[in-house]
Amino acid sequence: MSDLQNVISARGLDLTFQTNDGPVHALKGVDLDIKQGDFVSFIGPSGCGKTTFLRVMADLEQPTGGEITVNGVSPRAAREARAYGYVFQGAGLYPWRTIGGNIRLPLEIMGVPKAEHADRVARVLELVELSGFENKFPWQLSGGMQQRASIARALSFNADLLLMDEPFGALDEIVRDHLNEQLLKLWERTEKTIAFVTHSIPEAVYLSTKIVVMSPRPGRITDVIESTLPKERPLEIRETPEFLAIAHRVREGLRAGHADE
Amino acid sequence: MKSVIPVLTVVVAILGFWLLAVIPMNMHLVADQAQREGMLVEPDTPAVRQEIGGIGLALRNPDLIPLTYQFKRPRLPSPQQVAGEMFDTIFAKKVTSKRSLVYHGWVTLAPTLLGFAIGTGLGILLAVGIVYSRVMDRSVMPWAIVSQTIPILALAPMVIVVLGSMGIQGLFPKSLIAAYLSFFPVVVGMVKGLRSPSAMQLDLLRTYNASDTQSFWALRLPASAPYLFASLKIGISASLVGTIVAELPTGARAGFGARMLVGDQYGQPLVSWAALFAAALTAAALVGLFSAIERVTLRRMGMGAA
Repeated sequence: MSDLQNVISARGLDLTFQTNDGPVHALKGVDLDIKQGDFVSFIGPSGCGKTTFLRVMADLEQPTGGEITVNGVSPRAAREARAYGYVFQGAGLYPWRTIGGNIRLPLEIMGVPKAEHADRVARVLELVELSGFENKFPWQLSGGMQQRASIARALSFNADLLLMDEPFGALDEIVRDHLNEQLLKLWERTEKTIAFVTHSIPEAVYLSTKIVVMSPRPGRITDVIESTLPKERPLEIRETPEFLAIAHRVREGLRAGHADE
Repeated sequence: MKSVIPVLTVVVAILGFWLLAVIPMNMHLVADQAQREGMLVEPDTPAVRQEIGGIGLALRNPDLIPLTYQFKRPRLPSPQQVAGEMFDTIFAKKVTSKRSLVYHGWVTLAPTLLGFAIGTGLGILLAVGIVYSRVMDRSVMPWAIVSQTIPILALAPMVIVVLGSMGIQGLFPKSLIAAYLSFFPVVVGMVKGLRSPSAMQLDLLRTYNASDTQSFWALRLPASAPYLFASLKIGISASLVGTIVAELPTGARAGFGARMLVGDQYGQPLVSWAALFAAALTAAALVGLFSAIERVTLRRMGMGAA
């Protein structure tokens, strides 16, 4: 059904969790297309279903209604084809593996020939600017560096789609700015499609080509904003009127979602 | 190393208490003996002496106090007597001698280690089964818990006697008791350890489409290492206790358990006490050994800093 250009295509997607307090509508009637090479941010208050939506794309949650395809196939088939790299809220590095060992983990599990490991590890470490840290253990790195290592891990097996669930949520503002800048560069260099969950308006506006505003109870999309910002984005762009106008629209969208209650 | 001073303080306190306790515990025996040897003792009949306590008797006969520390068959031997007996039976006797504590120690240690190996292996296998199979989780775990509520002191003689009547003697029956005591902490620790990975760590492997076998080797097993070591340290000392208990009721002729019983039955408290302390030192050495292995392994696994 989906045209080949669409990496993600969702139509009327529903997901209802059955809890002891009755059903919770995490997603209701969600329609969305993500094109090849898009950087799409999902923003909204907690409970709006943004993480759930990402987990549905990753086949970590099963929708209860509607349709979704990832690369034109079901999320399950996409997961089995190792079509995406997933970056979690915490770095989640295995403490008993070095940084290099952590990056090799998906390669080992996917059966990538051993001879390629060293090259790939070196390449992704360079992408996240962690060259030279290969033999360090996670506890020897700062929180920001650990998160970069987890991004490198998600990049190591060359999936074209990157799903990121508030990857910088636990980091301080300064580190976050730096990582946002790096992530944009990385996106430009690798031409990946990125779906990025956040609850920071500046982060969403700064990074995205498309901003999806969501609201809770039931979790749904209230606005989809195509960014008019240029591809080249220095940090200072955040003070331009154009940037502020988009941020304003995001804020309005979030407020509208709340007014419904 | 920070724990050296607190530990030494406790040791000194225990030694002090022990040294003080020796006097009233042995005073009556010493007084009786001294009187038989023609010394003047106050009061001068055993019956009257029984009326007053050990401390009172010591205060009335202060010159007898030193004798309480070297009495031959004391109620409570003094630390130096126990140390002397241990030195004598560990270093001065040939290892092959039936009086050598090294000989008896090995008789106890061998089944301890074998039983510990069986118990640990069984414990790990059961834990893997419990974690991966709902049926085993429901069926095995309750039985594992029940198994530990049966007094080992009641069970051990039955096992030894039944196996003995089938012609199985020596090392194996004792190992079985040791394994029986040591598998439990390993099961509990390993189940907890294998289940310790967070939902996020498991989700990560799911996004890689990893198989159950792959997630076992890559995630669950290494994550359980700290739990396993905690269990091993409990398990190895439980094994030693199990072996000694297995030696007690069955008239075993060798081993720490046998020495403790022999000392008791033949009025040689020094033999019992020396065996007791040798067993305690063996347990401490085994636990220390596993602590060292734990430190080295976890450090090499990058988890030493935690």
